[in-house]
Amino acid sequence: MSKEKKHTPPNERELLAGILKGEASSLETLYKANFPMVVRLVVNNGGDIDDAKDIFQESIIILYNNVCSGTFELNSKLKTYIYAVCRNLWLKKLTKKGIYSNIDDLEEKIAVEDDIESHKERDKQFIMMENALEKLGEPCKTIIKDFYIHDLTMQDICEKFGYTNTDNAKNQKYKCLQRLKRLYFG
Amino acid sequence: MKIERDFLEQSEAYLRGEMNALERKAFEDYLFNDDQARKKFEEHKVFIQTVKSYGARVDLQQKLDAVHATINIQEVMPKKPLVVRLWDKYKINSLVAASVALIAVFTTLWLTGFYSKDNTSQYIALRRDMNNIRQNVKAQNALIKDINKGKSGFSTPSHYGATGFALSSNGYVMTTYHVIKDADSVYLQNYTGNSYKAKVIYTDPGYDIAVLEIIDKSFKEAGNLPYTFKQNAADIGEDVYTIGFPREEAVYGRGYLSSNTGYSGDTIAYQVSIPVNPGNSGGPVLDNRGNIIGVINSKQTETDGAAFAIKSNYVLEALASIPDSLDKKLILNKKNTLANLSRTEQIKKVQEYIYMIKVY
Repeated sequence: MSKEKKHTPPNERELLAGILKGEASSLETLYKANFPMVVRLVVNNGGDIDDAKDIFQESIIILYNNVCSGTFELNSKLKTYIYAVCRNLWLKKLTKKGIYSNIDDLEEKIAVEDDIESHKERDKQFIMMENALEKLGEPCKTIIKDFYIHDLTMQDICEKFGYTNTDNAKNQKYKCLQRLKRLYFG
Repeated sequence: MKIERDFLEQSEAYLRGEMNALERKAFEDYLFNDDQARKKFEEHKVFIQTVKSYGARVDLQQKLDAVHATINIQEVMPKKPLVVRLWDKYKINSLVAASVALIAVFTTLWLTGFYSKDNTSQYIALRRDMNNIRQNVKAQNALIKDINKGKSGFSTPSHYGATGFALSSNGYVMTTYHVIKDADSVYLQNYTGNSYKAKVIYTDPGYDIAVLEIIDKSFKEAGNLPYTFKQNAADIGEDVYTIGFPREEAVYGRGYLSSNTGYSGDTIAYQVSIPVNPGNSGGPVLDNRGNIIGVINSKQTETDGAAFAIKSNYVLEALASIPDSLDKKLILNKKNTLANLSRTEQIKKVQEYIYMIKVY
């Protein structure tokens, strides 16, 4: 494993660190360096530019989640990894459309099946959460997002929503959370 | 309710790192001793994690969309091969160019008369186009004028020249239809140089036959014709000759009958191997005994010795269908007086009845 690690140039590791931090410039670099390749892959195999965008962004989300989980080891060049993921995703999409095809290329094949499988699981959770939040409605949705995602304090939320005291706000947040859990698990 | 709310708040404070060391220790101890609380804490932690990762993904997607908006789609689209790009660019131009080329080709073909020829270019009717030799004639005229000052030569040159021969002694002359088809007026000139006006009294375009009548007052009836029409078919190999006017002078041409059919198997004509030229059209083809076996009408270019003559039996058939309402009776000669004469004698006699036809 350590031998293979040498394949990842330092700047790619820096890039991954930047992406993990959510730096826009890192994302832009990643995007510009790899998107044309994916467009070529998809457009030359029966897709259009929007398909390419979806596939490419999905691959970056997979990459991001992998990096986040901390278990990710990049054993090949980033480009090769992204290509392998996109190729796999696009073939799956084609199969779903009922088009059985193969993409003939000379690219190095690397196994990304596991990553895609775990992505599927996360994707399911994401959609469930999205639906639950949608059903939750305002102001709960914003309160939950502000507190858990944007890491606002209860004091901030209290002021933002104009609650008379933090205890009221905490009460409201608690009710929202219980409803969200019911929606999510139900 | 209140207890649960407080517990979750404590859990969140713990997870967010908002507790001091003492509080942390107390909370951890509490969890350690209470299995149910620990389970609840873990569940809540996972759920918050799910909410957080949802938020992270939404955030990431927004960033990606923002980056995507800055991408120039045209630049990242894979380049099509050069030929395809050129075709996309110059499609209209090349279509226009192709149509222009097609129009040009067909217009040229049409203008040059490619479509108006009734037959292929290998076949030419043997009338003589005088305009071709107009220059020569003019030069000749100038010469004549120089020699005999005061005497004018002949004026306007005719359009076509051809040959004709007498059908009867009272002024009926046979020639080919293509010679006189566009005629304004027709003049005949005999071997002595006398010119007579004639009119067309009968044509048969199918057999390429025309009959003229001399309507000039100066015309005197000639004696009995020396030749007759051969009633039955002539044989291949028979020695034949013709007299015609490919130029201003009578020209004798000798040859043999080479085939029973004419151009492309045309059954109304013979193929004769006689050197003929424009102007020979309408000339009689005679055999050894002085019988007319046909009338010269065309030849095949690019083929040596392939002239065509309308068969005498078709000529007779055409003559038989001439209506009776003629000025004078057309009586064909029945007696051949050439049979026992030598060729030169025959020619001497025959040429008196052969005319140069000038069509204006």
